[in-house]
Amino acid sequence: MVFPGFIGQKVGMTQIFDDNGQALPVTVIELCPLTVTQLKTPANDGYAAVQVGYQNAKEKHLTKAEIGHLKKAQTEENTGLVRRLQEFRVSDSDIAQYTLGSAIDPFVDGSFLSAGSKVDVSGLSIGKGFQGNTKRWNHHRGPMSHGSKSHRLPGSIGAGTTPSRVFKGLRMAGRMGHKQVTTQQLQVVRVIPEKRVVLIHGSVPGVEGTFITIRPSLGLKRRAL
Amino acid sequence: MSNELIKSIEKEYLKESLPDLAPGDSVKVKVRIIEGNKERVQAYEGVVIRLRGGGINRTVTVRRVFQGIGVERIFLLHSPKVESITVIRKGYVRRSKLYYMRERSGKAARIREKVVTNTAASGKKADKK
Repeated sequence: MVFPGFIGQKVGMTQIFDDNGQALPVTVIELCPLTVTQLKTPANDGYAAVQVGYQNAKEKHLTKAEIGHLKKAQTEENTGLVRRLQEFRVSDSDIAQYTLGSAIDPFVDGSFLSAGSKVDVSGLSIGKGFQGNTKRWNHHRGPMSHGSKSHRLPGSIGAGTTPSRVFKGLRMAGRMGHKQVTTQQLQVVRVIPEKRVVLIHGSVPGVEGTFITIRPSLGLKRRAL
Repeated sequence: MSNELIKSIEKEYLKESLPDLAPGDSVKVKVRIIEGNKERVQAYEGVVIRLRGGGINRTVTVRRVFQGIGVERIFLLHSPKVESITVIRKGYVRRSKLYYMRERSGKAARIREKVVTNTAASGKKADKK
């Protein structure tokens, strides 16, 4: 039974040295145990999934609706009050192995996290605000001199009378970033259970402190923009 | 910016002792290099013209003129590839970055030696002369 994903928080980046003495850029990700808050079964919900919560929360930070939902997962040793609920799909036969209110620790054996393994990491990317099309869509800029005033302008957005409208999905200026982004095929460099930390080669979406989801890599897939 | 957790991870990779380096110092750096499948240590000597970064990211730029051509190498101080770094001679300079050394050669490229007096009474002032 390998749980298919963990929730963590991005701590920041640094560099470490590998066995060959090469400096590797790494992102530090802190992982807390997950609490099982709901089991979704094919009989009841049409699919099998485990809903888990990350990090204990205080009662005052939760709404009554949330507390009502979480109370169902309450056990004697676990208050069940957590934040950041998230579902992970599991196979129909595996669902029986999970019990409500139990904890899933990312660092016990059977975890997919080990040095050298490949993972996909998702999180909310850094918000860039309202950006022009040059930055947002990597459009080319116009000439900077020779009388040109079209430095970073969008240019033509389509023909005239036919089709006499602007096509949907045309790439223009607008809000950039602060979207769910997945970086695929990142390598786990080191797992430090006593610090509850994994070091991942390279960068990971989002600002420091952002919640991220880490899953075993699916292999390279074309990322949807 | 640097978080306590990150510092505690970096700590394992930091070297325990490094010499007190300053711009203008002449240093000898011993670098591990891999030739084929053999590892050996190569020495590189020159003048420190820049120190930058902190913690695990601290680097030193060492300049030397080799066969009439200026060579600058940047060393990551805490890298295991840098086996040792020793100060041969302390230099007296008034800049923290000695980029002006790039335009100088021969006699103009000399750096005065810093006389270090360790008497407690003279303290820091004498240190600077």
